[in-house]
Amino acid sequence: MNQPVELQPDETFVLNVGPQHPATHGVLRVKMEMNGEYIVHAETVVGYIHRMHEKMGEVKPYPQFLMNLSRLDYLGAMGYSHCHALCVEKAAGIEVPKRAEYIRVLMVELNRVSSHLVWLGAFIMDLGGFTPLLYTFQAREHILDMMERITGARLTYCYIRFGGVSRDIDDQFIQSARDFMPYMRKELIKYHKLITGNIIFKKRMVGMGHISPEMCRKYGASSGVARGAGINFDVRRNEPYSVYPELEFEVPVYDGCDNMSRYMVRMEEIEQSLRIVEHALDQLPDGPVMPKKAPKIIKPPAGDYYQATETARGTFGVRLVSDGSQTPYRMKLRSPTYSNMHLFDEACRGLMIMDAMAMMGTLDLVIPEIDR
Amino acid sequence: MINYFREIFSGLWSLFVGMKVTFIEAFSPKVTVHYPYETLKMCDAYRGHIELIENEEGEPNCVCCMSCVRACPSGCISLTGEKPEGGKKKVLTSYHLDFTRCSLCSACVEACNFNAIEHSKEYNLASRNKEDFHFDLLARLRERNQ
Amino acid sequence: MILTLTILLAVIIAIAWAAFNAAYLVLAERRGAGVIQRRPGPNINGPFGLLQPPLDGIKLMAKQLIIPAGADRFMYISAPVLVMCPAIMSFVALPYSDWLQAQNIDVGLLMVFAFASMGTMGTIFAGWSSHNKYSLMAAMRSVSQAVAYEIPMILTALTITLMAGTTNLNAIVAQQSENFFHWNIFPLFGETHNILMPFSFLIFFICSMAETNRAPFDLGEAEGELVAGFHIEYGSMGFGLFFMGEYANIVIGATLATIFFLGGWSCPFGLFPGVWWFLIKLYAIIFTIIWIRWTFPRTTIYGLLNLSWKILIPASLVNLLLTAGLMKVF
Repeated sequence: MNQPVELQPDETFVLNVGPQHPATHGVLRVKMEMNGEYIVHAETVVGYIHRMHEKMGEVKPYPQFLMNLSRLDYLGAMGYSHCHALCVEKAAGIEVPKRAEYIRVLMVELNRVSSHLVWLGAFIMDLGGFTPLLYTFQAREHILDMMERITGARLTYCYIRFGGVSRDIDDQFIQSARDFMPYMRKELIKYHKLITGNIIFKKRMVGMGHISPEMCRKYGASSGVARGAGINFDVRRNEPYSVYPELEFEVPVYDGCDNMSRYMVRMEEIEQSLRIVEHALDQLPDGPVMPKKAPKIIKPPAGDYYQATETARGTFGVRLVSDGSQTPYRMKLRSPTYSNMHLFDEACRGLMIMDAMAMMGTLDLVIPEIDR
Repeated sequence: MINYFREIFSGLWSLFVGMKVTFIEAFSPKVTVHYPYETLKMCDAYRGHIELIENEEGEPNCVCCMSCVRACPSGCISLTGEKPEGGKKKVLTSYHLDFTRCSLCSACVEACNFNAIEHSKEYNLASRNKEDFHFDLLARLRERNQ
Repeated sequence: MILTLTILLAVIIAIAWAAFNAAYLVLAERRGAGVIQRRPGPNINGPFGLLQPPLDGIKLMAKQLIIPAGADRFMYISAPVLVMCPAIMSFVALPYSDWLQAQNIDVGLLMVFAFASMGTMGTIFAGWSSHNKYSLMAAMRSVSQAVAYEIPMILTALTITLMAGTTNLNAIVAQQSENFFHWNIFPLFGETHNILMPFSFLIFFICSMAETNRAPFDLGEAEGELVAGFHIEYGSMGFGLFFMGEYANIVIGATLATIFFLGGWSCPFGLFPGVWWFLIKLYAIIFTIIWIRWTFPRTTIYGLLNLSWKILIPASLVNLLLTAGLMKVF
């Protein structure tokens, strides 16, 4: 459906899909130049929710800045804290006990499932089906209740510390996580029946919103966008960290390059995350969750450190430039959604506005993460 | 030609499958809690705003070491203490929490080595002016003791 | 004199029935949505939320009616009226029982369809006069949708006219008045045997949902893309009139489906015919319409138009030809 559009200079008008809009999942402004219903040119304008996290990273000491990371992308908060903690531990040479690493992976994967459930509900709501939102949010409540019993919060966890995690998990958590697996698998079957097989849904997804692998490479896209275009890149496999080498899972890759591929990649990721959680629960070792001499004052030696992890949105990276003092010289956060979103400008040319909105939904944007 | 009809019939069948799913869901029990007529109890680990813990005599455990003040990322806590005449340890004279900046991160509770602060379980605070959220925790402790 | 007064009373009752339905169907829809989504709907105002529609009406009337700066005042104010009035006027011709009808009009079927197409003019008035690009786009989509779906609807109604031989709605129901197998949806007995009727019913049902801008065909009000579509700039009672007009149209569509295909006020076993059977069937169809709304996502505009021009219109034309052929043969 990406036909080239013949542009008559006086036939276009500018439509502002403004910062306040139900479909843009945050405060994102898209200036669209349109010819009737077809988009000729689009420009995304970000910055409406810039909260200066990177500046705060330069003035706050490390243990204080760790709490900021949960608010960066609130839907997948655990993964972001994990990456930052790994980077600082790499810099400062802090050892993490094995049990703490397993618990971190467990929590990150459960958080990934809950983030994908929000994406699914909100995406189908954009397309016009209001009911799956309620179903996915109900499934997500089980995860949030589990996490709340351990961490104390439902969304902005602040659970990971330098050296481990702040509290240990108990048997009730393990049992409820094990009970959650069959429940979630049944729910996934239900979603596939209600949504994926639906002819109306398929007409809007199959063959629409083409994003080629070249475009992904040009813009640095990751996660569902790249894996839906056939690029087999997952940080957990290509640059392994933490205990992922010991866990068995597959990385779903579809090479349809259309909306349906990106959608199926994320649905398969939910299933694979459940597998990871099962394996981690089986292999969970005993031991402490924080090292014995956990340092209170963190002063990494001067240098340049980088750590990337695979979060629900894509490849999140933390680059730490330390000058040996208690606050970093530079804390750069590489936001995956920033790269994912900018290919929207090029990919939506020639599409109708409904299809462009559907494509934007498959990019899984969370605007506060773009603007940091 | 065959594809045309096959698409119509398989499409129609998928619509009926979807409708069956919602029909079955319609007979499942309700999952919402009818707040504020029914409320939920917060779990033990829930992080509400902090409160002072007291010892057996009703005095706060706090020794004014300022660890919580240093640990807080948002600078919410301000406290003063003074050494009474003839005493060795500092005594708390005021403990002020600016809840409008607090992010409920639990850094202060973890930094405290003297078991002086804990999280309360309050979650439905609402008010029209900011001053209601500048908590004087020492006064609240005295009120609880009465 | 007495005759005029009875006619006037009948018309007033028809209008009151339309308004009552429009108001309480909103509540039924919200509770139905709640049931499907595993939550209660509105249940605080009054028992089972029954006071919710009057309170909503009071709220809507108390709000400020803002007319946007560049809007064409006459068209802006007349648009909701143009949507609501034809819907209410069609109720005059609809029979709910053999004696419960405001006016027994001989060309009742044609009259109802004529009024249904007037509602489209209100939509385009609203979209144009709001001085807003979003609402203009939505209104254009809505008009092309309405035009495209009237054709299969009327073609299907023509098959009913062929089978019944009359356009008098009362007479159409009277011919189906034995038991289930005399109903037009599955006529095994009766005057003609026509196995294509279930398809007619399906086509008519889909078209009536599309005519009234009802999900999954609600492009005119697509919240995700074009926040509230052609009635973006309407607040307070302007929006209230659009809403009521939409629900009145749904009731008309469901009533017509009941009259044409489901035997009107006759019982499936031929026992106690009356207005209660009519209401049961009417609300079963309306419940199905609500059920469908909350299950499926929205179609795209070209998917919608493809469905109409490439699938429904050929199907209904073939249906008409085959029905005529079957009637000749049998």
